[in-house]
Amino acid sequence: MAEVLVLVDHANGTVRKTTAELLTIARRLGEPSAVFVGEGFETVAKETLAKYGAAKVYRVEAPEVTDYLVAPQAEVLAQLVEKTSPAAVLIVSSSAGKEIAARLAVKTESGLVTDAVDVQAGEAGGVSTTQSVFAGSYSVKATVTRGTPIVTVKPNSATPEESPAAAADEVFEATISEAAKTARVTESKPKAATGRPELTEAAIVVSGGRGTGGDFAPVEEFADSLGAAVGASRAAVDAGWYPHTSQVGQTGKQVSPQLYVACGISGAIQHRAGMQTSKTIVAVNKDEEAPIFELVDFGVVGDLFTVLPQATEAVKAAKG
Amino acid sequence: MNIVVCVKYVPDAQSDRTFSDTDNTTDRVGVDGLLSELDEYAVEEALKIVEASEGEVTVVTVGPDQAADALKKALQMGAHKAVHVKDDAIHGSDAPATSLVLAEAIKKVGTPDLVVTGMASTDGTMSVVPAMLAERLGLPQVTLASELSVDGGQVTIRRDGDAASETIVASLPAVVSVTDQINEPRYPSFKGIMAAKKKPVEQWALADLGLDASQVGLDAAWTRVDSFTKRPPREQGQIVKDEGDGGTKLAQFLSAQKFI
Repeated sequence: MAEVLVLVDHANGTVRKTTAELLTIARRLGEPSAVFVGEGFETVAKETLAKYGAAKVYRVEAPEVTDYLVAPQAEVLAQLVEKTSPAAVLIVSSSAGKEIAARLAVKTESGLVTDAVDVQAGEAGGVSTTQSVFAGSYSVKATVTRGTPIVTVKPNSATPEESPAAAADEVFEATISEAAKTARVTESKPKAATGRPELTEAAIVVSGGRGTGGDFAPVEEFADSLGAAVGASRAAVDAGWYPHTSQVGQTGKQVSPQLYVACGISGAIQHRAGMQTSKTIVAVNKDEEAPIFELVDFGVVGDLFTVLPQATEAVKAAKG
Repeated sequence: MNIVVCVKYVPDAQSDRTFSDTDNTTDRVGVDGLLSELDEYAVEEALKIVEASEGEVTVVTVGPDQAADALKKALQMGAHKAVHVKDDAIHGSDAPATSLVLAEAIKKVGTPDLVVTGMASTDGTMSVVPAMLAERLGLPQVTLASELSVDGGQVTIRRDGDAASETIVASLPAVVSVTDQINEPRYPSFKGIMAAKKKPVEQWALADLGLDASQVGLDAAWTRVDSFTKRPPREQGQIVKDEGDGGTKLAQFLSAQKFI
């Protein structure tokens, strides 16, 4: 069975849930081989990769790969594609993931599909992808017709399924060109941890918009009662009320959680582009004409400053 | 400092965007189009850089006749000249082919100090062309800048990542993409609109770039759209007016849906 390369997304060895999702998808297409760049494999990552079905792990330890952004990772993957002739390469659809995929596609003259929400084995071999486009108004099925299918997959596109495998690791000696070492990170200021789930991976997202008037406390408290991530509309971000990294919408994060709660958000097309594929949508808004109500499964026309605290108490009471 | 800004003509996101029934490509004819909103930030940033020093901003687009509208808007904002690569054979090109045409056009303009792009187009939203351009041109790639400065042969950007705020440095020439956080794009002034009418717009075909029709277009695409389906409109759910118990009802709904 052909290998399927999965680029592992991790922080110092702690493997993100998205990688477990990719390994789960990879098993539909062939035998998953994880590609692990950086440190923390033995101590942390190996167990997770084995649990979700990585038969093999290619480890790349060269520090220059992690110091220079995406270009070296694309070179690593191009060399692995040549070595293994995989059935596909799967990468998480983050901004860095898409850039690595982009460069890999040009290097290997292979077709690229970004932001897939589903990936299946194609009828005539190959890989069939599903994307959600034009602000979630269309679903598109596509096939890669040339080279090795390179697919970036959105978080929450599969439920991680355990399937114990060996995770037999080998060190892969990649050659990194000087040209790949031209853009470098000179300073990195870590963001303060919120203790909340990552926005694109969360099962529940509670977002606030213009209607908060800048006071996100009721939104955050409701989110915390549900164990949810907190998002914000562009209006709230542009007003400086919430960080840009929390923006949900066309120019922010595209989320697809089980439950999305929009609080004080009118629901412009740019916002819809970031949340329209959520499974269940709930809104709280004072304006009963707000377009967000066209999307909802449940809506409350009311003031979020009274509705959310009451809901928060009810959720806490129900959870005991 | 000479800068090339790559721009795209896209269907208006406010209109009913759709696909062509005959070949599954994005419908760019039956739907009103415009300069991709996110490219305005790239044009603005380029203008700010040359205004603070010297040099010229050249806007480049690849697209059908109507794509001239996107160039016109950029010229009205203040770009100095424009290049429109159009050729019937380009129709249906995927991102790798588009980046190939753009890369050759940039070389023909004369590799500039900076190539600036938006963070994504508002139609395809792949965000991959800047990285592909860097790969094809062999230039450093510095993407998703929310602040940018150019000094002493180097470009420095700040990028707001999920885990950290990063400072990234690369030597010029480089490919840079900018986010919608970087600036506030100007509106064309009356003077700008009048001046734009006299600015040069070059029209190049594939042959002018040394490219062959077999390298681009739908038949040369490395991916194929097999089908497109309009997502059924979401069924209108239950909407209640808060009469003092809106929060309780919301919690009851979440409980019934097993979210609690």
